[in-house]
Amino acid sequence: MIVPTMADMMAQGKQPEVLFWVGAAGSFDDRAKKITRAFVKILQQANVNFAVLGTEESSTGDAAKRAGNEFLFQMQAVTNIEVLNAYEVKTIVTCDPHSFNTLKNEYASLGGNYEVFHHTQFIKKLITEGRLSIDDSVLKNKRVTFHDPCYLGRANDEYESPRDLIKRLGVNLTEMKRNKSTALCCGAGGAQMFKEPEKGNKDINVLRTEDALETKPEIIATGCPYCNTMMTDGVKFKEKEAEVAVLDIAELIAQANNL
Amino acid sequence: MQYLPNIVFAIILITGFGFFIKNISKLIRNIKLGKSVDRSDNKAARWKNMAKIALGQYKMVRRPVSGVLHVVVYLGFVITNIEVLAIIIDGLFGTHRVFQPILGEVFYGFLIGTFEILAAMVFVAVVVFWIRRNVINIKRFLNKEMKGWPKSDGNIILYFEMVLMTLFIVMNAADVTFQSGGIGNPISQFVYPLFNGFSSGTLHLIEQSAWWIHIVGILVFLNYLYYSKHLHILLAFPNTFYAKLKPKGQLDNLEAVTKEVQLMMDPNADPYAAPAEDAEDEVPEKFGASDVTDLNWVQLMNAYTCTECGRCTSSCPANLTGKELSPRKIMMDTRDRMEEVGKNIDANGGTFKDDGKQLLNDYISPEELWACTSCNACVQECPVNIDPLSIIMDMRRYLVMEESAAPQELNMMMTNIENNGAPWQYNQQDRLNWKDEE
Repeated sequence: MIVPTMADMMAQGKQPEVLFWVGAAGSFDDRAKKITRAFVKILQQANVNFAVLGTEESSTGDAAKRAGNEFLFQMQAVTNIEVLNAYEVKTIVTCDPHSFNTLKNEYASLGGNYEVFHHTQFIKKLITEGRLSIDDSVLKNKRVTFHDPCYLGRANDEYESPRDLIKRLGVNLTEMKRNKSTALCCGAGGAQMFKEPEKGNKDINVLRTEDALETKPEIIATGCPYCNTMMTDGVKFKEKEAEVAVLDIAELIAQANNL
Repeated sequence: MQYLPNIVFAIILITGFGFFIKNISKLIRNIKLGKSVDRSDNKAARWKNMAKIALGQYKMVRRPVSGVLHVVVYLGFVITNIEVLAIIIDGLFGTHRVFQPILGEVFYGFLIGTFEILAAMVFVAVVVFWIRRNVINIKRFLNKEMKGWPKSDGNIILYFEMVLMTLFIVMNAADVTFQSGGIGNPISQFVYPLFNGFSSGTLHLIEQSAWWIHIVGILVFLNYLYYSKHLHILLAFPNTFYAKLKPKGQLDNLEAVTKEVQLMMDPNADPYAAPAEDAEDEVPEKFGASDVTDLNWVQLMNAYTCTECGRCTSSCPANLTGKELSPRKIMMDTRDRMEEVGKNIDANGGTFKDDGKQLLNDYISPEELWACTSCNACVQECPVNIDPLSIIMDMRRYLVMEESAAPQELNMMMTNIENNGAPWQYNQQDRLNWKDEE
């Protein structure tokens, strides 16, 4: 697919309306790359003039910061801010709530001031502006439940954008007993993604998958590549992968719009 | 000798408040052991939080059963304590129901009647609380950290409230003149018949005893606060006022680190520069927290405010899946260690003498700290906006930046970020490969 980089843009003397921050998972993880491509297709359908940093993008430092390594975080932040500011980036969109939170909240005091959108917020904006519509016939009446990412929900009080998009798909949305501000974490946050859990009697992603399965879903919708991995593993652990799909909202929209 | 009761009363009152002030000043001293943090911004939002969350109990009712019962006890306790004002005046000046003639029989009767009904409601609610803590197996009251003193503490508070409310009713029931007025006694009129056949002398003795035990009880309770989890009745107000206003996901950026990073990134910095003259006396700033004095004063106030309700722990994904971490225990440990440091300072004439202990390891283990997913469920749940996550993060910072004691897998993740800008070992040059992979 054709994905312009900021360097390409600059060479042509152009400035995109938004920078798509892909994030480490979205760039390297095989499952998350599908979410990245789905979102790009949506951007292209809506004729959004976007660009990525490509090889100039680096870890936001979120995982390092939450693991306690403030040095590494700030080194990453300062380096990224230099790149972003050199390209005069004003608006950023990302499919990763961790990047979203870090770029939006934690870069400002280090010199990086941007308007940052989670992809569900950005897609909702495209719809409101009349640049995109969602076909509600393809996934009609599918039973869907939505798992709130902690870094979008509690961390940044955004519960409605993802739900608004899900409702536009024409699906049957059933909430889990723990949802929105009381949603249970998938178990990946705070750098847990990169280590084995401490000893306990259950894995967090299994507990959360049980919450989801109680709603008898055909699709568990997510809005975070790490949540997606955790829930996918949980569904496999419960041996439900034949009946239940774990899909990002961007993938659902790409499916609905036949992209 | 006519004034003896008044004098005794005044002495009790002064002693009670004196001890209370002493305890409060100790509490403030201990909170000030924390580092400074600026929370003077956005006063309007802070007042609003305090009004909504502390005064308005907004977050309590998210759990309806305990929430509504708590509102009953809170309102009942606050309103019936208006009565204490009357008690103090009566006690000091030897009057009896001083407000009765001032407010008029009917209005006074209405007020006392309201107090009686509230007292009865508080009593019932407190009994339900006792049943919840001791009979029904509610999980959050049964966690490991609730064994021993914390459990007794919870019950002692409930007994205090039961006794105080009973004494208030008994005091009214045994007051023959008040009962014969037939107004303002909606509850005590049913207790009054129990005293049938008692001589007027005995009744007077009962009424007076109830009156004295009531006021002494209140003063004892006031002084019990400092030793108990019940401090939240006072600290909930400053705690919600000074709580973080930024998005929950936003962690602070350590300023000490920012300075170092700026120096490292500055192309004009001279790496061989001799340290400034005064640099040798400067103690390098410690990164993160290993003891209570490394935390900030808001975090320490959080610890005193915690009433150990366990809503945090009951929503913590790590705790729910059997891990050692309990956000409530983080707060309880912080308070226990702060008390220990405070006592050490008192015993050593105002300065802290190294006791070979610290918050890390002696109270909170690395295993607890590494189990946190930073999901903010504990912060969200806390009815008085305590932030256990900030303490966990500050302690992780110490483990990693001062002790290089991260779990091995996290060290690998961080090495990868340093080397190739991603938590996994992928080549930075492959970052855009996804676009050609379909």
